[in-house]
Amino acid sequence: MTLAEGVQLVAFGILTAMTLGGALGVVLLDNIVYSAFLLGGVFTSMSGLYILLNAGFVAAAQVLVYVGAVSVLILFGIMLVNKEQPFTPVKRAWIGKTATGGVCIGLFALLATSTLNTPWALSTEVPTGDMATIEIGKHFFTDYLLPFELASVLLLIALIGAIVLARREFIPDVAAGEPESQALQLPERPRELVSSVASSEQDN
Amino acid sequence: MNQGIDLQGSFVNTLVDLGVPVGAAKALWLPLPMVVILIGATVSIFVTVWLERKISAAAQQRIGPEFAGPLGTLQAAADGIKLIFKEDITPAKADPLLFTLGPAIVVIPVFLSYLIVPFGQNLVITDIGVGIFLWIALSSIAPVGLLMSGYSSNNKYSLLGGLRAAAQSISYEIPMALAVLAVVLMSNSLSTIDIVNQQSGYGILGWNIWRQPAGFLIFWIAALAECERLPFDLPEAEEELVAGYQTEYTGMKFGLFYVGSYVNLVLSALIVSILYLGGWEFPLSVSWLASLIGVSETTPWLQVITASVGIMMTLFKAYALVFIAVLLRWTMPRIRIDQLLDFGWKFLLPVSLVNLLLTAALKLTFPVAFGG
Repeated sequence: MTLAEGVQLVAFGILTAMTLGGALGVVLLDNIVYSAFLLGGVFTSMSGLYILLNAGFVAAAQVLVYVGAVSVLILFGIMLVNKEQPFTPVKRAWIGKTATGGVCIGLFALLATSTLNTPWALSTEVPTGDMATIEIGKHFFTDYLLPFELASVLLLIALIGAIVLARREFIPDVAAGEPESQALQLPERPRELVSSVASSEQDN
Repeated sequence: MNQGIDLQGSFVNTLVDLGVPVGAAKALWLPLPMVVILIGATVSIFVTVWLERKISAAAQQRIGPEFAGPLGTLQAAADGIKLIFKEDITPAKADPLLFTLGPAIVVIPVFLSYLIVPFGQNLVITDIGVGIFLWIALSSIAPVGLLMSGYSSNNKYSLLGGLRAAAQSISYEIPMALAVLAVVLMSNSLSTIDIVNQQSGYGILGWNIWRQPAGFLIFWIAALAECERLPFDLPEAEEELVAGYQTEYTGMKFGLFYVGSYVNLVLSALIVSILYLGGWEFPLSVSWLASLIGVSETTPWLQVITASVGIMMTLFKAYALVFIAVLLRWTMPRIRIDQLLDFGWKFLLPVSLVNLLLTAALKLTFPVAFGG
């Protein structure tokens, strides 16, 4: 075994352990923030696996899209909501958990047997490596044109949807005399504004 | 094309001549460039901190660091030693695991990005095909670390600082990637070596800054925002957020943020000089100068001179940009968070899209000048 093969083997072992352990952690941990960070770790180790497969571009894209955008946005969502609610234990929750576990193990066994029993046609072609970028580009504009364009339309729809949701045309005006409604206030100790205090002092 | 000095080849050959097996010689070579770059990146922190202190002092008519070493050059080392020996405090209600992991996740991608920074034709750790794209991908990891340290500090200023940092770097990543895309469009390659080679041949006139003036400005602004330099240092705005996500950190964990931000600044300056200022190219074309004095380009002594001039040019361009960044920091006011996001999404993004479209159109119209 040469040095490169040894390094690849060890790296494969470490990356697989990180991916599997991280994925289990995402599902099993109670703390949702830990789960979100572990998800980022899982994506990173998957990009490491892509590098082992000689797919550098896919690995970089995986890091950019999944770690840099998807997990950051998930974290963002969790941290902006950050609603601490006392967790009330559900009665007989173990039934649901056991059922889910059983279904998952069954699914895993099914997939594992089908993977092991399928006679895979292994490609003997040499990996394109660094030239993969050009190949991917060619595929995008020939036989994968429709999925590519559909994905861009999907992104456009998501973009417009986000803008429509985030944009609030309605701003309630408060009449001069009536007290401000409580509905739009943050659940914090009500505080008087500095300027209004100063002006009321001047009145006295 | 394999011109220039092949350090790896000569190193391996020397060891093989001494009786070391080829595999072992190659394995011995492997860590050398990485260690050199690591040391270089670490030294760049000291240089940049010293520059920052001296230039800020000059901008405010002070003297600046004076007593630590000649002209205060060892001031950064003194600061570093102080940080190492400070007590490492973890707040009582913080999350100790994430609190420790956060600064590391911020720093590691920055150092990893030095993989693709070339200082000469063969003076780069790896010339991988995805090159500049790897840097964009790696720089998108840092917000995860910032969010992690902001959240785990269990402090509202830290959390707000972390959220701001993540929002800022996500917003400015897009115009930056689009500006890079315009350069990549012209050089037909993501590799940093190819990007520099495409600018070579005409001296200063061939540099991308003349063909991509808008892209250069967009990239520089976005790079400053990614480094959280003023006027974009919202995440650690001291009047509003104490120190943002760094508030609860002491000792070397705080030092790591410091290291990360300065190394990132130098890295961004290096990338700008590679993408727009011709990388290791001398303002006058070296091959033209060589033909002028009648020396073949493959002469060994000329190659040594070219390589050293290349390293010096790369560093000179990068530090000129660092100088501009430091001057900007000490002369510009900070912008507000809504102005920051407005500027990123409503101005830089459309402008960079138009720039990309124009580049593509010009590439089709004038394939000679725009790398058809």
